[in-house]
Amino acid sequence: MVEPAVDLTHGHAHDDHADHGPQGWLKYLWSTDHKVIAMQYMFTGMFMALIGGFMAYVFRMQLAFPGMPVPGFGMVSPGEYNALVTNHGTIMIFWVAMPVLLAAFGNFLIPLMIGADDMVFPKINRLSFQVFFVSTIVILASLVVEGGGFAGAWTAYPPLSADSTYNLTPLGSTLWVIGVGLEFVAFLLGGINFITTLMNSRAPGMRAFDVPIVVWMIVVASILFMLSVGPLLAGAIMLIFDQTIGTGFYNPATGGDPILWQHLFWFFGHPEVYVVLLPAMGVVIEIITTFARKKLFAYRTVIFTIVATGVLSFFVWAHHQFIAGIDPRMANIFTITTLLISVPIAELCFIYIATLYGGSITLSTPMLWGLAFVAEFLIGGVTGIFLGAAGADIYFHDTYFVLAHFHYTFFPIAIIGTFAAFTYWFPKMFGKMMDERLGKWHFWLTIIPFNMIFIPLFVLGMGGQHRRIYNYTHFPELAIDIFQDMRIVATFALLIMLGAQFIFFYNCWKSWRSKERAPRNPWKANSLEWTTESPPPHGNWHPDRMPVVYRGPYEYNVPGREDDYWPQNEPK
Amino acid sequence: MNRFFDFFEFSWFEPLIEVGSSYAEQIDGLILTVLIIVGTWFLAAEYVFLHFILKFRAKPGRRGEYIDGKNKRHKRWITIPHLCVLVFDILIIIVSFRVWYNIKMDLPEDPDGVVRVIGQQWAWTFQHPGADGELDSPDDIFTVDELHVENNKTYHFELQATDVLHSFSVPVWRIKQDAIPGRTITGWFEPTRTGEFDVQCAEICGFGHGVMAARVMVEDAETHAAWVAANTPVAAASAPAGSTPASQ
Repeated sequence: MVEPAVDLTHGHAHDDHADHGPQGWLKYLWSTDHKVIAMQYMFTGMFMALIGGFMAYVFRMQLAFPGMPVPGFGMVSPGEYNALVTNHGTIMIFWVAMPVLLAAFGNFLIPLMIGADDMVFPKINRLSFQVFFVSTIVILASLVVEGGGFAGAWTAYPPLSADSTYNLTPLGSTLWVIGVGLEFVAFLLGGINFITTLMNSRAPGMRAFDVPIVVWMIVVASILFMLSVGPLLAGAIMLIFDQTIGTGFYNPATGGDPILWQHLFWFFGHPEVYVVLLPAMGVVIEIITTFARKKLFAYRTVIFTIVATGVLSFFVWAHHQFIAGIDPRMANIFTITTLLISVPIAELCFIYIATLYGGSITLSTPMLWGLAFVAEFLIGGVTGIFLGAAGADIYFHDTYFVLAHFHYTFFPIAIIGTFAAFTYWFPKMFGKMMDERLGKWHFWLTIIPFNMIFIPLFVLGMGGQHRRIYNYTHFPELAIDIFQDMRIVATFALLIMLGAQFIFFYNCWKSWRSKERAPRNPWKANSLEWTTESPPPHGNWHPDRMPVVYRGPYEYNVPGREDDYWPQNEPK
Repeated sequence: MNRFFDFFEFSWFEPLIEVGSSYAEQIDGLILTVLIIVGTWFLAAEYVFLHFILKFRAKPGRRGEYIDGKNKRHKRWITIPHLCVLVFDILIIIVSFRVWYNIKMDLPEDPDGVVRVIGQQWAWTFQHPGADGELDSPDDIFTVDELHVENNKTYHFELQATDVLHSFSVPVWRIKQDAIPGRTITGWFEPTRTGEFDVQCAEICGFGHGVMAARVMVEDAETHAAWVAANTPVAAASAPAGSTPASQ
């Protein structure tokens, strides 16, 4: 097939239709193109990941070698340690997992995968990133103001977070809440766009069940986010009032209740896990079907399962509060709902496995990341059962077992899922192929150290090691040599893993610089984004050649067809 | 029925941490039950997963199959396992309920002793009832970061906090409970091993959270009585007996 001359015919033809907006560097500040906004989210998220990773480096070094200056940081005081763990969690969830998985890939993929020229509200989309950018500046500023960054854990339980005489960070804690609040506003704006775009802008012929799963996942995640964030936003405003003008919403002395915040926080906080999990699971479905050359097993079951997961996720929040002083009878109800949510998630894992059956599997770099997601996320999933059972949670609550458990869910989501998506769509995003050999080195040097970090932490948690402690020498039972050795192993593994990321950045730079252009459809995949140029032009397709859809996105190896794939837009 | 539940009482992580209370084995047993169930599922799932990856590697000349998973014969492969997951979930819920009920809901009546545990930034204050067995009487013994209890006696604890959230955690007893300012939360424990053990604050409570460590001394009857006698406040010991009517 002859590719049309991209710049001339296309750009000209498009002028009549789209708002090109300002040119030059202003283009990047004020662009309404969903792909530019996606890249803005992506690079902001990656930049924040470096900061979050650096924080992990500092506090892991402090734990392995307590009391010794950390190269590149210096001595770590208890207050700094608390601020580091607090902001590591905050940044990794709200400024890495959310912007990269939900906002960047949501923005990039939704219009391309449903055959639209842009989001339905491009200016709201731009506003979303601008608010997010401001929130990024606010959270970074909160780290360097007088008194230091907020140090009351990412869950920000009052009264500690509400009163600066307790937390000693009057500016940091208020800026932290404002930053998180602004970030929520940004994602609400983005979420409105995702949902409306899917409903209104699908290509002709694309029915609800012809939409690629990852789009479904991102939209369901946006709905979950919109339904859950309201209470927390209200709670955050009450927290700001408590901090700044001395109200007592969370202060028992004035009739408030600190547990109220925990309910508002976790009513949002648990659905939030699924908000980032679902896009990652969707990405993995796209990758597994493409590289196994296999139709997705039970497409509709997947949709119903994620909707069921979404609904259930609103009824599990108090499993974070079993021992927080809630009525003990309530724990029974939340044990039931928490264990029930294992059923749809297990079902999704079975569907991954069933999809592999009978396939023709190529272990490319994106496929390795996708498969690793399933293998590692299973560990996170099954260890959640221990914590969901209220009786066992009495012991495990707030230990390193919890920490290792949720890192085994969030790391596959935010890091493995992101690398899977990034390596898979890199040719589409940048028009170049990534180096497979470097990609595989990077993969193995990330996955192996990742397990070496967190498996010792499971053991430490079973030994009773509690969280957010800057120095375990104050606890004789935790200061024994074998435990210290495990902390050192985890820290060394972290150093290897962080070092391996240079391979990734080198690979990106090298691939981006290479002269060789990526074809339109390097993986021979079916969904619509592969039918346009790499990278897609403004407007995504030539306005006269917008795609028309004839079938679902997973028609691989259809019997009687010569090709082993069947793009959605091919009539025959 | 009890025999059914006794089956789940078993301690197995002694090498990591000792068993120090009457209900520690129930929690350890629950954890082991969950471990066996989910461990089996986990290994089976990973085995099948890796097996499929190796078995269905792309080979020249072989095409992938076309299975849409719509018909019942294929769907069985996911419906049966997920019903099994549901059954095992219910088993875990039952065993967990019983442990939770014993520890958090069923407060033993007439305990042998009572202590008050007060968390504040960044120390634990323990209020022991002294010789009369009653809190808030003149012979109460206040200690900081040092709890003294007698072995094999059931205790109630009254947990309070003065400023922010704290969490009273004694790993060898497997007990953990958050302390909330403005509330008194009552729980119980029965130590079964003498010795000196860690008390942690398991909820972040500010700058000094990392040093909010205390020790619990579990003593046999004689040692404990001697400690009470030696530490009873002088004023209370010399006061006339009639001044503490509650203790009579």
